[in-house]
Amino acid sequence: MLKQVHFKSSALPYMLVAPQIIITLVFFMWPASQAIYQSLLIEDAFGLSSQFVWFDNFKELFEDDRYIKTFGRTLFFSAMVAMLSLSVSLVLAAMADRVIRGTGIYRTLLIWPYAVAPVIAGALWVFLFYPTTGIISTFLTSMGYEWNHQLKGNQAMFLVVIAAAWKQISYNFLFFLAGMQSIPKSLIEAAAIDAAGPLKRFWTIIFPLITPTTFFLLVVNIVYAFFETFGIIHVVTKGGPANATEILVFKVYNDGFVGLDLGGSAAQSVILMILVIGMTIFQFKFIERKVEY
Amino acid sequence: MIENRPVSTAVSHLVLLAGVAIVLFPIWITIVAASHDVARLLEVPLPLGLGDQFFENLKQVVSTGVEGSTPIGIMLFNSLVMALMIAFGKITISLLSAYAIVYFDFRFRMLFFWMIFLTLMLPVEVRILPTYEVVAQLGMLDTYWGLTIPLIASATATFMFRQTFLSVPDELLEAARIDGAGPMQFFFDILIPVSRTSIAAMFVILFIYGWNQYLWPLLITTDKSMVTIVMSIKGMMEALEETPKWHHIMMTALLAMIPPVLVVIGMQKLFVKGLTETEK
Amino acid sequence: MSHILLKGVEKIYPNGYQAIHGVDLEIEEGEFIVLVGPSGCGKSTLLRMVAGLETITSGEVHIAGRKVNDLEPSQRDIAMVFQNYALYPHMTVYKNMAYGLKNLGTAKDEINRRVGDVAKLLELEDLMQRKPKQLSGGQRQRVAMGRAIVRKPAAFLFDEPLSNLDAKLRVQMRLVIKNLQARLGTTTLYVTHDQVEAMTMADRLLVLNAGIVEQIGTPMDLYERPQTRFVAGFIGSPAMNFVEVKLSDDGSKFHIGDNALPLNKALDTSQSEITFGFRPEHLVLDDHGIIPLKIALIEHLGAESIIHAKLNNSDDKSSNAITLRLNGHTKEQNGNIVRASIAPEHYHFFNQKSGHRIRS
Ligand SMILES: Nc1ncnc2c1ncn2[C@@H]1O[C@H](COP(=O)(O)OP(=O)(O)OP(=O)(O)O)[C@@H](O)[C@H]1O
Ligand SMILES: [Mg+2]
Repeated sequence: MLKQVHFKSSALPYMLVAPQIIITLVFFMWPASQAIYQSLLIEDAFGLSSQFVWFDNFKELFEDDRYIKTFGRTLFFSAMVAMLSLSVSLVLAAMADRVIRGTGIYRTLLIWPYAVAPVIAGALWVFLFYPTTGIISTFLTSMGYEWNHQLKGNQAMFLVVIAAAWKQISYNFLFFLAGMQSIPKSLIEAAAIDAAGPLKRFWTIIFPLITPTTFFLLVVNIVYAFFETFGIIHVVTKGGPANATEILVFKVYNDGFVGLDLGGSAAQSVILMILVIGMTIFQFKFIERKVEY
Repeated sequence: MIENRPVSTAVSHLVLLAGVAIVLFPIWITIVAASHDVARLLEVPLPLGLGDQFFENLKQVVSTGVEGSTPIGIMLFNSLVMALMIAFGKITISLLSAYAIVYFDFRFRMLFFWMIFLTLMLPVEVRILPTYEVVAQLGMLDTYWGLTIPLIASATATFMFRQTFLSVPDELLEAARIDGAGPMQFFFDILIPVSRTSIAAMFVILFIYGWNQYLWPLLITTDKSMVTIVMSIKGMMEALEETPKWHHIMMTALLAMIPPVLVVIGMQKLFVKGLTETEK
Repeated sequence: MSHILLKGVEKIYPNGYQAIHGVDLEIEEGEFIVLVGPSGCGKSTLLRMVAGLETITSGEVHIAGRKVNDLEPSQRDIAMVFQNYALYPHMTVYKNMAYGLKNLGTAKDEINRRVGDVAKLLELEDLMQRKPKQLSGGQRQRVAMGRAIVRKPAAFLFDEPLSNLDAKLRVQMRLVIKNLQARLGTTTLYVTHDQVEAMTMADRLLVLNAGIVEQIGTPMDLYERPQTRFVAGFIGSPAMNFVEVKLSDDGSKFHIGDNALPLNKALDTSQSEITFGFRPEHLVLDDHGIIPLKIALIEHLGAESIIHAKLNNSDDKSSNAITLRLNGHTKEQNGNIVRASIAPEHYHFFNQKSGHRIRS
């Protein structure tokens, strides 16, 4: 954590951390404590009076069927996004690791989605699947499959999963490829001498050796799906139809800014914060351990 | 690789090409849609190849703007300001705080570290409402400061620079101390140049992060002159209840995509190296 | 007056580990002092305390007549060469060497001149615009030295500067360093665990063991009159042979197993159980010799032969391994039983418990 060799204490380190600490205090600690405070209050619709109600907001949330459903939906959504994105990029990375020429070109081509904003990604996929005039949706219709994600909940979920997973492929691909390329050539050669075919080599040598990368990416993908897909959902489905694609982050926003239920929204924020902190500590422990080796 | 079997290599290339085709398909269609007029985009079957309206559409979007919205030039400028302020701001404060935490022994060091660390990966989306209220109370709504500073309060960059600094050999500091360099001299003369790969990678990540912000600018800007290009897409799609004007939307989407794509592709080497070496 | 002075220097690390136990050392101006000892004995710790990179727990360090305990490394007027060189990777060779001078506020043309001189001295002129990555190990080593020399410090500190080089280059650089130091006349403290380096380079050697000074002296001193069993075993290769022996009651002879070796002069000891030491090169094969040996293995090195043998005794207890070093080629075979003798002036005796040398 601290360098063996370091400078002695003086005023300097305090000055160095000050900007970040001040910003953290003002824009994180203060809002976070506000959220915690508000999560313990019930405010009337005009914000004129409020009442301290302890954990009633939380109790209400967990007794609310819709919230529980949203929770489950978020888990499902994250799992689908992570699985889809990880498996596609794993296959692509394994192939890119195998070819001698062109690895760099493939990487350059596959890196694009990383740069695209979630909301733009959402817009692109909406265009492709727009009922009656989308390229893919009209194709599906001509095949006899009725597509209308504005009306059908499972199609809407499918679409946001695809859009979210698509955006994450680049990142996963980069890490998988880097992980595979850092495996010593001699190991692969030894396996080849042991007459293991390419597929067997992948499952018995390469895949186990990149487990740490896979694990790291799994956490990153889940965090991404939980918190960074707001733009996609907002532009593709607005959480609909009939809440079919409403995930936790979307609900916080919706209840707070649209529904103006400050207490309930704050309670949801607090729950999300606890979730993130948990995931972060989990991942941090993992990174720390890896660094030591 | 080991055996040079043409078949298996060909299969690999095929799979990769298929992957690239799928991944780039939406982007290709964006370009296609931006090159046709609106009528063609409502005709089934829809075009898969380029049309001849690209520059016409570009001209319309750039000169007159999309009806009722802010001119593209201003939105691009706002996006650029936001992306650069976030990238430079975050890199600066993170380099400083990571330096303090790694290279100085001082009271409350761990307290500060945990305070910063708690904000790691905690996106604004989670604490959106109270943060909005704080910014409103500070009178920073509809300002560049309000747009950027709250987003600077996250620890990803600090954490990454901390990792980078920890991997810098101790002897460099010792040699610098013998050479008479003070803490700030060591920081500027040695540590920053030595960490430039991470800094470059972080710049790419943060530029894209800033450029692609959506929810936060959506909430905090009401003034039309503060709109960013990424935000504008949603408004355009909802402008009218009828079918969206796809040719303009896709042209705008393209314009919104180009700067971050150029940054990623242009700095690809440094970005990939910095990202995968330090974050793992 | 001594140029570097260490008085009762101790180091206790923050975790409570005491790495250095009271070291006293006086170094004359221009002297080349080598610190040797096994890995982990505290050599680097001691050197780094002189450099100012470690705090001094207690005791005093003086350099050029100044007490430097509380001075920053840059104020101590020293220069250091690190094991991995610690060159600034983003700076050219020129800038690496100039950095310290620049920080001292030296005028630009003065920096230019001094760096130029040193570059010439170390034959680095053609490499000045290269980055460390573009240099070979030996070249990096020379740049690291150049960086030290250019500052004209009162003392050079070296921490195993040659251990990252291959064997041949190491021999070469050994000479380069020694010659340079002699030419510049700069007081030098040099850490190594390689005893050949230690013997060939040092004016005086300091042998450190577990943070304690075992002996300070010239290389020949240490070779001929090691003051402890540790020093005796550490200096010389192959290492000195040790046999536990019994002194006769009147102190006139001692026994190795069944055989009695006479002593010319009585030993200054009250113990009868003592350690007898003799160097492999001082054993000679001699049919009338008193020491019976059974040869286990012979290594032929061309110029010399190393014989690994066992004491051929009736009692099993003292079947110590004994090494002999003979000039040229020997006709002896594995398994042969031979006899050997040692001239009495090459006898060394040590207290079995304390390990201290027993004077005769
Ligand atoms: N920062 C530290 N904290 C605690 N103990 C330390 C620290 N640095 C070194 N030591 C211990 O002090 C002892 C001496 O270390 P030192 O590095 O001086 O050994 P050395 O003689 O230079 O060894 P080597 O030949 O391997 O370089 C070792 O036992 C080491 O484990
Ligand atoms: Mg050492």
